[in-house]
Amino acid sequence: MHEFDLSSAVVTTVTKHAAGRQVQHVTLRIGRLRQVVLRTLEFYFAIVGKDTVCEGATLEIIDVPAVLRCNTCKNEWEIEIPAFICGTCGPGAVEVATGEEFMVESIEVEDEENAACTAPR
Amino acid sequence: MHRTKVRVVEDALDANNTIAQANRADFDREHVTVVNLMSAPGAGKTTLLESALVGLDEEGLRVGVLEGDVAGSFDADRLSVLHIPVTQLNTDNGFGGECHLDANMVRSALPAVALDDMDVLIVENVGNLVCPAEFRIGEDTRIMVCSVTEGEDKPLKYPLMFRACELVVINKTDLLAHLDFDADLLERNVKQVNPDATVMRVSAKTGEGVEAFRAWLKALPERMGDASHGHDHDHDGHDHDHDHGHDHHDHEQVTTA
Repeated sequence: MHEFDLSSAVVTTVTKHAAGRQVQHVTLRIGRLRQVVLRTLEFYFAIVGKDTVCEGATLEIIDVPAVLRCNTCKNEWEIEIPAFICGTCGPGAVEVATGEEFMVESIEVEDEENAACTAPR
Repeated sequence: MHRTKVRVVEDALDANNTIAQANRADFDREHVTVVNLMSAPGAGKTTLLESALVGLDEEGLRVGVLEGDVAGSFDADRLSVLHIPVTQLNTDNGFGGECHLDANMVRSALPAVALDDMDVLIVENVGNLVCPAEFRIGEDTRIMVCSVTEGEDKPLKYPLMFRACELVVINKTDLLAHLDFDADLLERNVKQVNPDATVMRVSAKTGEGVEAFRAWLKALPERMGDASHGHDHDHDGHDHDHDHGHDHHDHEQVTTA
């Protein structure tokens, strides 16, 4: 259900970086711990992006696994369920190494100079 | 067609976080510690406040409440008998609205909040276990209320919310005698998702355990004051100049459309 607001945040960030240019493609980096339903995010992105520079842009999502690190034994492991405890050392010294990302990684925009070349002179 | 690839590498929620930092700078300037209070609908946030905030000012802690709701001022009306500054913030335009508060909504309400009349501002978020966990509003800390009618597995289903909170208050313990509910299992699940969380059991209705919650609130400003000298805060407090009027109103209505 949070995907609508998250897609709005993506459109805001992309629009800022597009600086008026039409966006063709957006690459997002999303950690598993964000609990984002990717198909729902794509669905809302198309709706929220309508009448913006994002209209018609394709969305690519880099899925980042949830990896924990124990600061005591220095082990790193991927989790499939929400258990934030080190099997060896117990709770307390565990931190998230990856999986909390919700980043706009890159965008692809229409090249202004080439676009201008196609215009009649 | 030619394309140019632009490397961005920016948190998509940066726009919200920037406004949250501006809120935070205003709160810090007025020496107000801010709590983001979250829960599922009906867990008892307002009842807990009704029970816990009575007479706190006489014990040296001035608390104000910013009530976030999709519609109406039912909760603010309930709290108005406490004679503390309560501001209603609605997220709608009459027929229901946003399912959470974000930094910008809170910012729009700040001119109506009497920050100079309080030590702690409790922002009661919209009842929802998903979206409020995503949006920082400039708070110092987050509390969630989880009631014994909700199921022991909730931390495992909503880890984002349970991990975001420093304090988890298990409410409605007066109902335990009537339910097949294992409060110890809920607490273990909270600790599995967020080992650092403080867990309290209360009955906002009977008052059982509420004194511990009051003590936690009373200790909060000093603890957060100490933390601000370290690096414990979420936001690094970029200083944004923004003046607010601080007219005192016991019950102010703000609507964001």
